[in-house]
Amino acid sequence: MPGPLPVGAPWPKNNQLDRAPGIRSFHAYVHVPFCDVRCGYCDFNTYTAKELGGVNQSSFHEDLVREIEFSSAVLGEMPPLSSVFIGGGTPSLFTAEQIEAILGSLEATFGLEVGCEVTLEANPESSNPEYFRQLIEVGVNRLSMGVQSFDPQVLKTLDRQHDPERVAPLIESAKEQGLTTSVDLIYGTPGETLESWQRTLARALDLNTDHISAYSLIVEPGTKLARQISSGELASPDDDLNAEMYELLNNLVQDAELEWYEVSNWGKPSVHNSSYWQSQNWWGYGPGAHSHIDGNRFWNHKHPTTYQKALLESAPAAGVERLTERQILEERLLLMLRTKWGVERELFGELGVPAALVAKEIADGNLELVEEDRVRVTRAGRLLVDGLVVNLLSH
Amino acid sequence: MLQLTGIVSEREMRAQYLDRMDIERERGITIKSQAVRLPWELEGQAYALNMIDTPGHVDFTYEVSRSLAACEGAVLLVDAAQGIEAQTLANLYLALENDLEIIPVLNKIDLPAAQPEKFAEELANLIGGDPDDCLRVSGKTGEGVSELMDLIVQRVPAPKGDADAPARAMIFDSVYDSYRGVVTYVRMVDGSLKTRENIQMMSTKAVHELLEIGVISPEPKATNGLAVGEVGYLITGVKDVRQSKVGDTVTTKSGAAAAPLKGYAEPKPMVFSGIYPIDGSDYPDLREALDKLRLSDASLVYEPETSAALGFGFRCGFLGLLHLEIITERLEREFGLALIATSPSVVYNVRKDDGTELVVTNPSEYPDGKIAEVEEPMVKATILAPKDYVGTIMELCQTKRGTMMDMQYLGEDRVQIRYRLPLAEIVFDFFDNLKSKTQGYASLDYEDDGFSVGDLVRVDLLLQGERVDAFSAIVHKDKAYAHGVRIAGKLRELIPRQQFEVPIQAAVGARVIARETIRAIRKDVLAKCYGGDITRKRKLLEKQKEGKKRMKMVGRVEVPQEAFIAALSSDDGKAAKK
Repeated sequence: MPGPLPVGAPWPKNNQLDRAPGIRSFHAYVHVPFCDVRCGYCDFNTYTAKELGGVNQSSFHEDLVREIEFSSAVLGEMPPLSSVFIGGGTPSLFTAEQIEAILGSLEATFGLEVGCEVTLEANPESSNPEYFRQLIEVGVNRLSMGVQSFDPQVLKTLDRQHDPERVAPLIESAKEQGLTTSVDLIYGTPGETLESWQRTLARALDLNTDHISAYSLIVEPGTKLARQISSGELASPDDDLNAEMYELLNNLVQDAELEWYEVSNWGKPSVHNSSYWQSQNWWGYGPGAHSHIDGNRFWNHKHPTTYQKALLESAPAAGVERLTERQILEERLLLMLRTKWGVERELFGELGVPAALVAKEIADGNLELVEEDRVRVTRAGRLLVDGLVVNLLSH
Repeated sequence: MLQLTGIVSEREMRAQYLDRMDIERERGITIKSQAVRLPWELEGQAYALNMIDTPGHVDFTYEVSRSLAACEGAVLLVDAAQGIEAQTLANLYLALENDLEIIPVLNKIDLPAAQPEKFAEELANLIGGDPDDCLRVSGKTGEGVSELMDLIVQRVPAPKGDADAPARAMIFDSVYDSYRGVVTYVRMVDGSLKTRENIQMMSTKAVHELLEIGVISPEPKATNGLAVGEVGYLITGVKDVRQSKVGDTVTTKSGAAAAPLKGYAEPKPMVFSGIYPIDGSDYPDLREALDKLRLSDASLVYEPETSAALGFGFRCGFLGLLHLEIITERLEREFGLALIATSPSVVYNVRKDDGTELVVTNPSEYPDGKIAEVEEPMVKATILAPKDYVGTIMELCQTKRGTMMDMQYLGEDRVQIRYRLPLAEIVFDFFDNLKSKTQGYASLDYEDDGFSVGDLVRVDLLLQGERVDAFSAIVHKDKAYAHGVRIAGKLRELIPRQQFEVPIQAAVGARVIARETIRAIRKDVLAKCYGGDITRKRKLLEKQKEGKKRMKMVGRVEVPQEAFIAALSSDDGKAAKK
């Protein structure tokens, strides 16, 4: 089962949020909570057919549309959407008609900004060129392909179902049809060597996509992978090897002229991905989805059945938290320091971080000053950024 | 008893009713004695019985001896499933020394493993008398309890004090209550005390007005006064814990008694440890907390101490390792302090080549070289166990540098083995080892047995080439290498990787005997953000910030609290637990 939701206050009965003023762009995340098979490492909020008790995949878009209508009542006047991201689960299990219904509802309700980035996550085994054609027709303009690895052994350990040989022709077709493309990779899988990772990277870069995300495998408690590791069937991840893999990744991606912009992301920055780090406004639609609206973070009920019921009876959110001024500042440091934009120098002052602490990290080569008024992580600092933030905030 | 006498209703009853501290209930042990007054009627005559529930563990012998001095009789409770333990013998001895009437009782006869016949025989052998005279009760089912109450009334003599003499009350316990100030528990030996009377502490001559006086039944209940022979509590509104010293005599200001009662012998600390706040600014709070604990635990001694690694703290003396553990846990829990306790040590008498002598309670003060002779404290340990474990026990005592004194059969299959051992060898984990090697059957008691010359050295631990005084230990020369390797290995496991490499060395004098390295951290970031779940990320950050507060900076190295505690724990890597 996926990890637990945070504990928060109940959703307000009058559906009114206490909103902090500010100018923020507006984004939508849509969660498709279905998978054919649950991968051993995954603790995301997704369900296979037999886990679904009564929820129908082929009509689930209707629930999502219902939540879009609900959000409109809560939000009132909003700027048009700057990005839409349909993630999962496996969104490519939805038909183009289902995607159309969702995008149509979002457009009719909020409007889409000119050039709005509309991404769909897809798995190689549930994608084909004809599907891409249909997606483009209904408004999708960016494809994020869950490749993970090109090494069959690694894919097997991860329980991924696809044939790595399918990937290149699919990406080729997506690009030909005009989609912006991105691939997701995972490194640090038990049994994966530096050499295997290097081959995966080389093949991924050969695809010449606009964007690459690469995540080190995190062993989540309660997953099959966690059990395999605790029983000794699989080796536990080695942080030093992971660090080497990350180094290699930085080098090869740089050679391929994809610019780094966030700990795990390179290339033309995704508008949607960036909105998370910049604490813009977004509404997450679907079971277990998280939202941020003007200093409020809230999250929906996790299980599709509970979600459906809550949506019909009252509100889909299971909990909400109104961030304090301090929390907003701490989050800004935590999130923006992960990015190439870094943080404004004044933020340290507002957080009461002693200048000497920042200076020490600069001297140690983990932080750097850019354009006199911003501070960001160096290449060496990218791998240590969580620890850096803890250091800076513990004084 | 509490239920049968009607002072606690069935609804209010819970197991270990009188063990009020969370820590007692969690561990299923008694640390603090608790007094309670029980009404009972026999043959138409009403009696008020004052009972004190005492601890059993060897570390708390002092607590027991104080309670015994306030009594006329003692109920010697023996577990009918486990039989006589070494501490039973020790406590029995104390009771006999106090000329108390002893009522032997086998408890827990409801347990399937109970063997009352066998243990009644053992008890009879021990104190004389007929095995059939030994009462069999079950606190759980209530069986035999009413017979026990009758027997107490018949056998235990009424208090002998003089009702008309000037008031003399013995303080046998006092605790600090944040709402009511100091609560003093007394036994009226002569005369009486009344509420609103002015009382005087005989040792300090301090005078206070009695704001409240009462009995414990089993919750405090105010009364008009305490008459001769009664046990109860006094509240004067005094906040200063030193005003109410255990062992002192309370009298009245108007008709003061001529001489105080015979007090208690000051307990002698056996184990020493440095206690330091992780956050240096908590030092005054730690002092205050120790002052308060000292009030209810006269056996706790401490004096200020400074450590290069840990800053300002206190060198504290304890009765044993369990006592140390309990005090640190109470300081953390009841006073909200985050603490580091350094590796425990005993007292050493060191004579240097130049003839000067010094007493060392802190290993870091142990002089370098030029030592003519070191004496370490010894104990006489009594171990009781089924005979099948004799071999195992002897083996354990040998590895702890013990010398066997004698061995005696107590019954058909129980053996009493006596060993002379260095105290330093048993304060660590001897008791745990003994318990685990004998499936819990062996019991231990020990007493002071003077000093002996030992071949001892100081093992230091160095982080990044700097000696960390808090990790220094005095060990036998033959064990120095194993100790150094073990602690260095433990520190490597427990100190998190830092942004730079941290070498760890163990050394005797200038000679390095073990070496480990903590490699620099290379990755400290979670790659992904769970679908916009920033809340989870922030909560994690908050948790890490908390964790960081529990780290102590030693030079440039962040050392977690556990690393200091680890020096306490046994070879299998688990912290000492009773």
